[in-house]
Amino acid sequence: MRFISFIILLVLLQGCSIEPWVMPYERARLADPIMNMDPNPVSSSYLNHVYQARESARGAESGQGGGCGCN
Amino acid sequence: MAAILPEDRFDALYHYYGGGGVDISGPSLLFRKQVAAPLSMSAHYYVDTISSASIDVVTQASPYNEERTEYGLNVDYLNGKNLLSMGYTTSSENDYVANTVSVGISQDFFGDLTNVSLGFARGSDTVSRSTDNVFERAVERRNYRFGLSQILTKNMTVTFAFDLTSDEGFLNNPYRSYRYSTVAGDGSVSESWSPEVYPGTRTSNALGLRGLYYLPYRAAIGAEVRQFSDTWGIKAQNWQVFYRHPTDNGWLFEVRYRQYSQNRADFYSDLFDVQNAQNYMARDKELSTYESQTFGVTASYGFNFSGIQWIDRGSINLSWDHLRFDYADFRNADVSSDVGNEPLYGFSANVIQVYISVWY
Repeated sequence: MRFISFIILLVLLQGCSIEPWVMPYERARLADPIMNMDPNPVSSSYLNHVYQARESARGAESGQGGGCGCN
Repeated sequence: MAAILPEDRFDALYHYYGGGGVDISGPSLLFRKQVAAPLSMSAHYYVDTISSASIDVVTQASPYNEERTEYGLNVDYLNGKNLLSMGYTTSSENDYVANTVSVGISQDFFGDLTNVSLGFARGSDTVSRSTDNVFERAVERRNYRFGLSQILTKNMTVTFAFDLTSDEGFLNNPYRSYRYSTVAGDGSVSESWSPEVYPGTRTSNALGLRGLYYLPYRAAIGAEVRQFSDTWGIKAQNWQVFYRHPTDNGWLFEVRYRQYSQNRADFYSDLFDVQNAQNYMARDKELSTYESQTFGVTASYGFNFSGIQWIDRGSINLSWDHLRFDYADFRNADVSSDVGNEPLYGFSANVIQVYISVWY
């Protein structure tokens, strides 16, 4: 939890002092479909299901928390 | 999850898993549509048709067939830079029913370079036993998740995810037994079996970090690491790398490699010394010490629907993953040998997915 608090604090502090360093017009590459963290949600959801059924680990899987903020 | 409504799309997938004496196949459908300016809804349907003669089944029971069906509904509401989500999923098979409700919120910050998401899910499951009409147990699940997506440069983005999950109730498989040794009067050792006993609670946390980088030519390379630990003493790690390469004539190829390893749960043993050796006893290979590797490829062909006005584009996809599992302290009890000296177990599996996606 200490690590999570540190990340949140870092994000909040960043907002106070730093201008966006990648401007919207510089995000063409990030908006390319090949840069989508989870381009095939049905497929990645299925593969996560395959792993969850055969591994003890669970949570924080691929495709979670994605999004490029390119809107 | 960025603070934009997801795209309207339809996906129809057929999946097949074969390996370790188990065959699982079935369809998966997802339908998503924006129903008002700030509101998007989705529904999914998923089926596993299972034919199992796994190592657990052949050593302790008889091969069986069963079917698991899952339905889900999800609503996303966009309010400025806030995206609110609610979902409900239900699944059932002949001896297990699971219901899950989830809520989530995500928000863009700092010129939309950062997206933070929070989520909570609560599940209520009912475990029964096909051989016993009276047996019925409950499981309550809670999941808390935190996600952060960050644009680092105009070529690179990373995501961080943290999950805390707690389960309470009947957490073991109602059919599985643990193995213990029995010494006869003449000193010969044989094996006996007794129903597993698990703790009634389990809490786990997982940390995942994923990065994606746009190469100097039009291609992307990505990597992922994840750390997991739980109150049963299991620690697990996995990492994955992947490469995506589009071509000028509409094809997109992805190759990936994943490695996973974990150590055993505190109460796992392949062979206990005596019956009721301790409070909790398990012989589930998923709770043992093992490693697995996956190599996978996906080929996708994208196309435009110039003839149909309400469809933007689509893709046809074929995906194959080859998995290999090698267990370090789970032995193949189906092989005739001295008890406790059987060869270590391992198996390979293939996963095939064929699916079509349509955006409209």
